[in-house]
Amino acid sequence: MSRIKDAFNNKAFIAFVTGGDPDLETTKKLILEMQDKGADLIEVGIPFSDPVAEGPVIQEADLRALNAGCTTDKLFDTLKEIKDQIKIPLVFMTYINVIYVYGKEKFMDRCNECGICGIIVPDCPFEEKNELQPECTKAGIELVSLIAPTSNDRIKKIAKEAEGFVYCVSSLGVTGVRENITTDLGAMVKLVKENTDIPCAIGFGISKPEQAQNVCKYADGAIVGSAIVKIVAQHGKDCVPYVGEYVKSMKEACLRA
Amino acid sequence: MSKGRFGNYGGQYIPETLMNAVYELEEAYNKYKNDPEFVAELNDLLNNYAGRPSLLYYAEKMTKDLGGAKIYLKREDLNHTGSHKINNVLGQVLLAKKMGKTRVIAETGAGQHGVATATAAALMDMECEIFMGKEDCDRQALNVFRMELLGAKVHAVTSGTMTLKDAVNETMREWTNRISDTHYVLGSVMGPHPFPTIVRDFQAVISKEIKEQILEAEGRLPDAVIACVGGGSNAIGAFYNFIEDKEVELIGCEAAGLGVDNPKNAATIANGTEGIFHGMKSIFCQDEFGQIAPVYSISAGLDYPGIGPEHAMLNDTKRARYVPITDVEAVEAFEYLSRTEGIIPAIESSHAVAYAMKYAKTLDKDKIVVVNISGRGDKDVAAIARYRGVQIYE
Repeated sequence: MSRIKDAFNNKAFIAFVTGGDPDLETTKKLILEMQDKGADLIEVGIPFSDPVAEGPVIQEADLRALNAGCTTDKLFDTLKEIKDQIKIPLVFMTYINVIYVYGKEKFMDRCNECGICGIIVPDCPFEEKNELQPECTKAGIELVSLIAPTSNDRIKKIAKEAEGFVYCVSSLGVTGVRENITTDLGAMVKLVKENTDIPCAIGFGISKPEQAQNVCKYADGAIVGSAIVKIVAQHGKDCVPYVGEYVKSMKEACLRA
Repeated sequence: MSKGRFGNYGGQYIPETLMNAVYELEEAYNKYKNDPEFVAELNDLLNNYAGRPSLLYYAEKMTKDLGGAKIYLKREDLNHTGSHKINNVLGQVLLAKKMGKTRVIAETGAGQHGVATATAAALMDMECEIFMGKEDCDRQALNVFRMELLGAKVHAVTSGTMTLKDAVNETMREWTNRISDTHYVLGSVMGPHPFPTIVRDFQAVISKEIKEQILEAEGRLPDAVIACVGGGSNAIGAFYNFIEDKEVELIGCEAAGLGVDNPKNAATIANGTEGIFHGMKSIFCQDEFGQIAPVYSISAGLDYPGIGPEHAMLNDTKRARYVPITDVEAVEAFEYLSRTEGIIPAIESSHAVAYAMKYAKTLDKDKIVVVNISGRGDKDVAAIARYRGVQIYE
């Protein structure tokens, strides 16, 4: 199984996809295709009924996946099937209730079994980290920390204890495509870098190659979610080659930084 | 363990983007809650604007008709804007003003909290935006217009089940989008710390008054206090000053919709399990994978899949007990109180009335029961008419 740091040998392109949207078969194909076309790390979203950190695009994807019958167990089973074909690190992105209700220890064990090496939990801030950290540490699953444009004085303590990579949220608000990112990303990343040696990637609002190239000037990688999920929404089960093409163009843009 | 815990429940499970905002709120609240000037200003608003203290009314006809315990009604329905929601809202909007905020946002279910927030915003010159589930907008069309009349912008939320939980989701999303000038006026004893504490403190005036009024009227404490519970703000307000008085039974009435065995209910304590949602660890109606259940109640204000963390603790410690009340029982109580006492209670409060009707009968005549009438029922008249097959529209 790969570790998160393996993704950051060069400017990393991090791709997000909602598990089970439009169905689990497509998720499987998408993960392999994105790996093939240059994604350095893939975040798989476990769909949640009430994703409060997501904009409409991923909200709708979660709903589609749940309505199509995706469950945490089925997603685990699906990932296990392709485990041996995956060479890059895979992480989960989901909400804390999904993990808590599943049973924290059982969840981490299944992550290991399926080749998941980290988790991103947007509603588990630094203050509540201990809700998950002991089980993560025990199972060797890295708990990714997020910092936001409003974090200011909090950046230092968050970065010092961060694992895997630091997820820098580029903008206020929820996930989704944005025309402009106005946060001073340079200053934000600098503060993170002063406090940790682990890589730092920027997400929220990135959809265009120029944006990916730009954030990679400051950070070690660019994270894209909604733009990919939009392509999935548009083409349904036929989305795989379109997503592949997009991932390729975004990876190339990251490398131009 | 993090701050704001009620036993194992509570906490601050929210996106990083909001963390400094809740710290700022907590600091401001701690600064002002005992500040004599702030307290005086808030009391002035409560007394001279909202009409406090609200009456504690001896429901003599109801008492005689049921033939058991003496029933008193705490008349929160007589407050300005027609419910207990104004107590919390005046406190929070005044606090927001002191914090230098110029805009308030809020979720609403039945529209009571939205109307109260829009009212306080109008009074204190704040910009106001309300998020309300599309389905609730349809159920409570009059309240939508009322909020607009008060100068608020109302957003009909079309995500998820289009009810209260989705309105909370959307208000939280909006808060992460615009924080520096905006305060989120959370309407119930839920969400991340410090909200469950702030809202409880502002609602505790209900039990403070009940205590004074019942001592004045009866020379002793009541045997039971009964209130309806969605998130649980009117209930915690009615319970809080009695928690230490162990002889006073505290009873919360949950919305059982079509029945606790029917999927269409919102009875969290009866059917829920432990989880973490909307910023708090508490009890939620959810499936085995932690997906939040699409709950149902005839009452838009109780149509919520969770319960405030302090209630979850009071249930665990058995200091309070929680009972499910169905739509049928609530509607009968709505009609019964209207007919018997000439008081039309909110359909939410009717859940408490319904349990009082069952419970008072089983108690001796020297017992005293206080029922919190958290709001007035004018807003529900059209919906109840439709429930009874009379096709009138607002």
